[in-house]
Amino acid sequence: MAKTEITQVRNSLERQGLSDDQLKAIFRNMLLQRQLDNRGFQLNRQGKVPFALGSEGHEALQSGAAMAFERGKDLLAPYYRDLGLALGIGLTPYEIMLSIFARAADHNGGRQFPNHYSSKKAGLISFSSILAAHIPHAVGAAFAMQYRKESGRAVLVTCGDGTTSEGEWHESMNFAAVHKLPLVMLVENNLWAISTPLSRQMGQPDIYKRAEGYGIPGEQFDGFDPIASYGAVKRALDRARGGGGPTLLEGVCYRFLAHSTDDNDMTYRTRDEVTAHRKDDPLPRFERVLLELGILGPPEIDAMRKEVLRETNEATDRAEAMPFPAASELYTNLYEGAWEPWQ
Amino acid sequence: MAVSASSKVMNNVETVRETLYEAMKNDDRTVILGEDVGDRGNVFLITKDFVKEFGPERVIDTPIAEASIVGIAVGMAMEGLRPIAEIQFADFIYPAFNQIVGEAAKTRYRSNGEYTCPLVIRTPYGGGVRGALSHSVSIEALFYHVPGLKIVAPAFPADVKGLLNAAIDDPDPVLFLEHKKTYRLIKGEVPGGHYTIPLGKADVKKAGTQLTVVSYGLYVHWALEAANQLETEGISVEVVDLRSIRPMDRGTILESVRKTRKLLIVHEDNKFGGVGAEISAMVAEEALFDLDAPIRRHCAPDVPAMGYALPLEEEYMSSPGEMAEAMREMARF
Amino acid sequence: MRPELAPFERHGLSDGQLAAMLRTMLLQRTLESRGFQLNRQGKIPFASASEGHEAVQAGAAMAFRRGHDILVPYYRDLGLALGIGLTAYDVLLSLFARAADRSGGRQFPHHYAARALGLQTISSLIAAQTCHAVGAAYAVKLRREAGRAVLTTFGDGATSEGEWHEAVNFAAVAELPVVFLCENNEWAISTPLSKQMGQPDVYKRAAGYGIPGAVVDGFDPIASYAAVAEAMERARSGGGPTLLEAKCYRFLSHTTDDDDRTYRTREEVAERRKDDPVPKFERFLIARGVLTLTDIEDLKSSVLAETNEATDRAEAMPYPPPAAAFENLYEGPWEPWQ
Ligand SMILES: Cc1ncc(C[n+]2csc(CCOP(=O)(O)OP(=O)(O)O)c2C)c(N)n1
Ligand SMILES: Cc1ncc(C[n+]2csc(CCOP(=O)(O)OP(=O)(O)O)c2C)c(N)n1
Ligand SMILES: [Mg+2]
Ligand SMILES: [Mg+2]
Repeated sequence: MAKTEITQVRNSLERQGLSDDQLKAIFRNMLLQRQLDNRGFQLNRQGKVPFALGSEGHEALQSGAAMAFERGKDLLAPYYRDLGLALGIGLTPYEIMLSIFARAADHNGGRQFPNHYSSKKAGLISFSSILAAHIPHAVGAAFAMQYRKESGRAVLVTCGDGTTSEGEWHESMNFAAVHKLPLVMLVENNLWAISTPLSRQMGQPDIYKRAEGYGIPGEQFDGFDPIASYGAVKRALDRARGGGGPTLLEGVCYRFLAHSTDDNDMTYRTRDEVTAHRKDDPLPRFERVLLELGILGPPEIDAMRKEVLRETNEATDRAEAMPFPAASELYTNLYEGAWEPWQ
Repeated sequence: MAVSASSKVMNNVETVRETLYEAMKNDDRTVILGEDVGDRGNVFLITKDFVKEFGPERVIDTPIAEASIVGIAVGMAMEGLRPIAEIQFADFIYPAFNQIVGEAAKTRYRSNGEYTCPLVIRTPYGGGVRGALSHSVSIEALFYHVPGLKIVAPAFPADVKGLLNAAIDDPDPVLFLEHKKTYRLIKGEVPGGHYTIPLGKADVKKAGTQLTVVSYGLYVHWALEAANQLETEGISVEVVDLRSIRPMDRGTILESVRKTRKLLIVHEDNKFGGVGAEISAMVAEEALFDLDAPIRRHCAPDVPAMGYALPLEEEYMSSPGEMAEAMREMARF
Repeated sequence: MRPELAPFERHGLSDGQLAAMLRTMLLQRTLESRGFQLNRQGKIPFASASEGHEAVQAGAAMAFRRGHDILVPYYRDLGLALGIGLTAYDVLLSLFARAADRSGGRQFPHHYAARALGLQTISSLIAAQTCHAVGAAYAVKLRREAGRAVLTTFGDGATSEGEWHEAVNFAAVAELPVVFLCENNEWAISTPLSKQMGQPDVYKRAAGYGIPGAVVDGFDPIASYAAVAEAMERARSGGGPTLLEAKCYRFLSHTTDDDDRTYRTREEVAERRKDDPVPKFERFLIARGVLTLTDIEDLKSSVLAETNEATDRAEAMPYPPPAAAFENLYEGPWEPWQ
């Protein structure tokens, strides 16, 4: 297994043009994502935060995709499981921790659940917990780009496999196809939607096959392979940026943890199933590749791990020390200016 | 309602679960459909193990698609099944608005009785559970405007059972709202055997003479707590639990208000355009000259929902203390 | 222009059935013109038409098993409704919004409901009915009612609705006995297909849902019959759902309230008229010796007589009384304050 992985990456074509530094950055992002994820769960167990949500299993897919994103140009319309994408396009661990702790300095002022980032600066569009509701927004943003003739820009929008069942998902894909918008729909297919397996979510398991029905290109890739993810997302974003219209991408990965700290996945899937997928864990897998290719040595990886941990600790302490929003913040930013329904 | 020998103490989750279980057992036309209701047994474990007993054909894990959860249930109801559709959280009901308001509520009317829509839509609503903007909303005001729907929001386990049974038996679409903070918090005696409580009947949960408080859901419990506190201060408060929001019980409210001559309405949903507005208007139309004080509404501020951070949630939600203060002010008037 | 209906593959249809299909098509067209006429005469406020849909509907109706199957149609399905047993009088009652209409004069014309015929009530809300069809199919499957299936129809525009997607997806997951028949007439009011979807073939979406898909010439009643019959038979025998697309055309304006000259050329419509399925099927039946010219003339006069009689009878019927507005909201009498 490892051997083929390595020959593939050694082959420059399979590297998708990624430099050593980019490959290292991808790996570092994956480590950071996992560390921050674990920290959220820890804080929840310690009773310090009421809720956390993990993205273990999505690291490769997200870190690869983030590398294809052009900062300062593209827009990202993510969903709640996109910690790695958010980090990869420039959000900091401190920002993540502010969101986990719901502090006043959080981008949303502590209003939303953790992992519901929004950052105008980073090009990350605000979204809610309502599945699929953000996809029409991404389409609208892509329409604005096309309308203003901003070539060289595109919107990357993500969602889970389960979310493709929503009517709004379909309406969005259809509209993007009709108008040939600069949009990449990236489905992070982790085979589960809380307790609902793919087989109860759709009549056939390959989401990318829906593309033909919309008249747009579709592609499936190994979501445990960050380079494959980068390649697929890069090609699709480039097509979108160059006026070639939308693409439906499907990265197949797996959700290693329960849906959230409020879920117990052992009520609906077996430990054996999870263990079997763990064998393909994208982190050690990519680590092996980088080691074998000599892009990173064990000491460097060790140092990277330490740094990521230090960064996480520091972000945790700093965010925890920050104040909650004041009660009066409940009333701000509903409309522009002060508000009273009776005037 | 007499408490029978086989009554037992249950919380609201257990009561919903047991009532649904009986419905599934007693009528094979009954099916449950919704997200994660199967193997997971619903996110609050309300349908835990149902799928083992009744099978995946009757306990249906749906794709994530709320419009069709209700729309398919409408089709089932028109063709003779008795579907109980679940919206995982009330906050996710908006995609189904078309099917609830445009279709379910109009099925009987538009076909002039040729087709009917005996359907129950259950959904957990309400806050105080750190649910943030999208896991804590109240939705009753958005739907109580709609002729063709019925809406129930019980607070006590015994009422949950009687009203859920009534909703399931009802020949028309019923939106059944379960306050999620009361799920495990509120326990109570639940009579054994099958019984129903008619929709549209409020219940006086505490008798009093100086002030009427009308509420529903979680806030009934907090209003009772506040009223009991006021009792020790020598102020007698009557607490009316609406239980049904559509239809609503005019008689019980008027009778109480005519006795106490003061009305305070307390609800978790926004004040502007909320259920309290309709109650105020009705009392003003029917009993204005029986009142000794202006009607007052103690309800949520005009913001979409509570933020995730604790101070934001606390600011949005009322409390027994705040309710007690509002009651004292009314009593002093 | 499409070719004349060439090979005579009967698909098991008898002469009688072929003649019945033509009669439904003729009746549909006559009733429709009547609706437009009555509107122009100021007798009714509104009418919609299905000219161009006669062949697909007559074919689909022939594949429907009366007393078994369930039809969940949309507002452009006059021919389907007639084909499964609705009468000209029913249709005229609905056009005149009379008390005796199935909806009691509540709904727009052509929003039939007839439980005895298996014709489910529909609303004007595009695609909403596709979910109801799936719910009905679920009931059929759950009760193990073998030999029964649901046929639901909709326009090309309806396929853009989220509820359409959700309905097809669920039917595919649960392998339900339902046939989705898209009557693709290339227009949704003023919106052409090219602005409705990214590629013009609705049936190609089937693969993405993991169900069979097929396309048929919707101007050919026999081909339509064959395609719907095959899909319905698959559904009835446990083979799950099918997505069918019938290519047809809307010859008239969307409704009497619409003026299609604002968005499409007369040339386009004239060009498509050359394929008009009704005379084409007449020519075909004559050429194959199924009917003579005289037979067809007889059919036409019988259809006209039926329409005239239904018009007079329905027009003479009373409107619903104002008090009827309060009936059938819930079971029994109703007051929101009790
Ligand atoms: C409209 C809506 N319906 C339901 C939910 C509840 N819910 C939250 S996450 C989830 C599962 C989503 O699954 P998927 O799209 O596969 O994403 P994943 O969590 O697996 O990454 C559900 C049902 C919601 N948040 N919004
Ligand atoms: C939900 C909804 N949106 C919009 C409309 C308005 N409307 C009525 S018919 C129509 C066009 C439908 O086109 P299509 O589905 O192709 O059917 P056709 O009329 O062409 O047979 C529209 C937009 C509606 N009735 N319902
Ligand atoms: Mg998933
Ligand atoms: Mg059309």
